Amino acid sequence: MQGHRMNRRYFLKVSGAAAAVAGTGLEGILATGRAPAWAQGTKLHIVRWVDFIKEADVELKRQAPEASKALGAEVVFEFINFNDLQPRITAAIQSGAGADIIMMLYNWPHLYASGVVDVSDIAEPIGKAQNGYYDVFQATARVGGKWLAVPHGVVGNAVAYRRSWHNEIGAKEFPKTWDEWREVGKKLKAKGKPVGQALGHSAGDPPTFSYPLLWSFGGAEVDKSGKKVVINSKETLESVKFMQAFWNDACDEGGAAWDDTNNNRAFHAGEISATLNGASIYIVAKRTKDKIKDERGEPMFQDIEHAALLPKGPAGQFALYVPFQHAIMKYSKNQKLAKDFLKWLHAKENYEKWFQVNEGYNVGPTKVWEEHAMWSKVDKPLQVFRQAVRQSRMLGYPGPASAKTTEAYTKYIIVDMYAKAVTGTKAEDAVQWADGELKKIYEKA
Amino acid sequence: MKNSVIGGAGGAARVEVALPHPGATQHRALTRFLENERLLATLLLAPTVALLGLFIAYPFVMGVWLSLSSTSVGNPGTFVGLQNFVRAWNDSIFRTAFWNTSVYTFWATIFKLTLGMWLALLLNRHFRGKRLVRASMLLPFIVPTVLSTFAWRWMFDPTFSVLNWTLYQTGIITTKLPFLSDGTWALSCAILINTWRGMPFFAITLLAGLQTINPDLHEAASLDGANGWKRFWHVTWPLLKPVTIVVVVFSVIQTFSDFQLIYVLTGGGPANSTHLLATYAYQIGVATGLLGEGAAISLFMLPVLFIVVWIQLRYLRRLEGA
Repeated sequence: MQGHRMNRRYFLKVSGAAAAVAGTGLEGILATGRAPAWAQGTKLHIVRWVDFIKEADVELKRQAPEASKALGAEVVFEFINFNDLQPRITAAIQSGAGADIIMMLYNWPHLYASGVVDVSDIAEPIGKAQNGYYDVFQATARVGGKWLAVPHGVVGNAVAYRRSWHNEIGAKEFPKTWDEWREVGKKLKAKGKPVGQALGHSAGDPPTFSYPLLWSFGGAEVDKSGKKVVINSKETLESVKFMQAFWNDACDEGGAAWDDTNNNRAFHAGEISATLNGASIYIVAKRTKDKIKDERGEPMFQDIEHAALLPKGPAGQFALYVPFQHAIMKYSKNQKLAKDFLKWLHAKENYEKWFQVNEGYNVGPTKVWEEHAMWSKVDKPLQVFRQAVRQSRMLGYPGPASAKTTEAYTKYIIVDMYAKAVTGTKAEDAVQWADGELKKIYEKA
Repeated sequence: MKNSVIGGAGGAARVEVALPHPGATQHRALTRFLENERLLATLLLAPTVALLGLFIAYPFVMGVWLSLSSTSVGNPGTFVGLQNFVRAWNDSIFRTAFWNTSVYTFWATIFKLTLGMWLALLLNRHFRGKRLVRASMLLPFIVPTVLSTFAWRWMFDPTFSVLNWTLYQTGIITTKLPFLSDGTWALSCAILINTWRGMPFFAITLLAGLQTINPDLHEAASLDGANGWKRFWHVTWPLLKPVTIVVVVFSVIQTFSDFQLIYVLTGGGPANSTHLLATYAYQIGVATGLLGEGAAISLFMLPVLFIVVWIQLRYLRRLEGA
């Protein structure tokens, strides 16, 4: 037999040598010219969504080596479809393994409270130093008085519409009420340019349209206590009946099967006249102006306007924006490093590079970013996002955000109430159905 | 190893004695062990049993435990008996998903069987390029479901559907067909895609069955004046029945527990009209984090499949006994 047989003598020789090396300490390490093995393998894994603004992900990837250098550990970003974030979080928490930091939308920290760590010690100082977080984050990232995630940004939404097409039918400005929009949309649909609205099972556009519509008619899923289901009301019924009429008269019926990407594609293809979306429709149209053109061959972005909010209903005008935050997972062995990274990420000189790339699509979580010089440079349609977050409500409004509101949202109860109504179910039956489903969520122990 | 012992005076005898090698005893013990059939069988089966235990029994037992507990993401939960099953049964979305799964499985299996049989009979004939056609027929089965479903999703896209465009350009329709935006249409499209994907499996398996049928039987039937249909009904079909039942059993199991196709095509929408038990269990258990309720929904598949498979296999045994 060639090589060494493991006998007592050989074992003592090898282990003795190893002990001698270990005993030399720093000198030994320096002599080898390599860092000790336990420090070389440290890696911080962050999972985020695939951004609708590609350049935002590119910027984060560009920053990763800088963060790695500053923290002395390898920082790795992974970008996944945002409809896959929740399954990923569940799998990670249950298996006790996975990314160290995971991005959470809306008020998900409530749902995953037992699987994430308290980050108040870093979230508080960041908020304090930057004129405070927007109120919406108190509902989304703060659970039981503790910050369970560090707010990172908010994707606002607005109605993107084609100015020239609206002018052609005499609408010089965007309709102020739902009824006016129905009338305008009716005329545009007659010309083959309907309103496009997603009502499929997707996390962004369908809920950000459905909840404000419900609220603007005075409807709500629960009362202020967050315990009593109040969806089965005259106001909700009115909103559902309106939606049926609006859908038939003004909308592209295909929207019942749309996810969050369909309206972007349809808008850029000149198939729809207006749609509720983030700023990505405008920004992508501008950044790829050689490809995305209107029917006259001109860059389409020049013909895109933004209406800051969905139209007014009998109870007012409402918005549901999408807050983003980073949670550090309880199973992570790099919690200290993860906190250091988030502090690094939110340092002004690092955060502002990512913030500027977004051009208003994803705005800062704190009010200080409203004053940033970027706002004087971005185009007029993007200015609507500057202070938009101040108006955003959260899932479960007017009740408190809770794990149950997240459950109702994840089951698409409000979205499907409208989707059922526009695909043939009687308005009364759709509301009744939502009432039954919500009661099962809110009234269970 | 052999050692020589030289004899005494005169060297009359040269005796070779095999002295035991230190390893020889061990070798004999191993031989004895391997010759023991019971022990050897246990040894050979152990890896399989370990794998089955790890990847089938353990997840199954965990699934049953989860379904009887209030486990949610990050919370171990407590034993709640059949509460999750009762809750699921009273859930209108669950009932919709259950109904959809039954409709989806029933029609997809009927179509796959009919078209698969038809294709197998065609491919059983002799024609030029037969091998090429047989190989290419397997393509839908080979292409990963997620990829092929994405392709179908594009074809059924509410805005950019190539099918709508073609029908519109040829003057057959004046408004778009709601392939995925209407509940009934969407479920029908899902059945169509499942049929397209699963039909080759039926066709190839039935073709293999057809080739085992002795041509003399058909010849004899022809001589007796049987036409094509009679030959199929009285000769081919009875002999093909056992294979058909096995294929149908496999197909029912796969279709009833289908997930990928619906997940990619519609995500269960619009308004839950295409949710199957597997996709709804995923939405509740994995996306919403209610692992106990999700496990209960998925376990509802078990008794249904068990009954269907039991009936079919019983029928098969009777056929074999006949």
